Amino acid sequence: MGAVSVDRLDTLLRSAFPDAGEVHVEDRTGGGDHFQVVVASPRFDGLPLIDQHRLVNEALAEPLRDGTIHELRIKTRGTT
Amino acid sequence: MTDLQQRIKDVIENEPVALFMKGTPQFVMCGNSDRALRALREAGAPVTAVDVLPDPQIRQELSAVSGWPTIPQVFIKGELVGGADIVEELAETGELEEKLRSALGDGYRAEEPGRVVSVLTPA
Repeated sequence: MGAVSVDRLDTLLRSAFPDAGEVHVEDRTGGGDHFQVVVASPRFDGLPLIDQHRLVNEALAEPLRDGTIHELRIKTRGTT
Repeated sequence: MTDLQQRIKDVIENEPVALFMKGTPQFVMCGNSDRALRALREAGAPVTAVDVLPDPQIRQELSAVSGWPTIPQVFIKGELVGGADIVEELAETGELEEKLRSALGDGYRAEEPGRVVSVLTPA
């Protein structure tokens, strides 16, 4: 089950950040519900951390709402 | 607005530092809540903690108020700072202490050590 969720999150992030230099989704526990995501995108340039994370949360709104994501860790980077 | 939403808002607006978490500082029930609490404590923040676990409604109403989907959530002087990852990152760069100092004043560390409040009506 874990791989399915990783793929789903990866797809959602890549479509929300088409210009991302890096998108990485890791299933931290192997259970398919604790995730670490890394996104590097020029969209983050100049944005406060909270707004960067807000964009990631918005991209993952559906799996956050439907309970696929039980725990989420976010790491964002701009390009500058 | 529901009574619960109003009580959540009161905590956010009136507490210098509010932490909505799973569990309490004495008995933390989630790794991310623990990370946020540790980062705040290391920065010397006077933490007012609210346990969201006693009623799922708390979490729902909190997210409706803040627009933030996950727990924990940290507020300084009514402003959403973010979740565990953000608070940890800000703590590492020293920005968290700066934020606390500018929001609460130089003597913020001398304030009360922290407390737990409930947003549920007493039965």
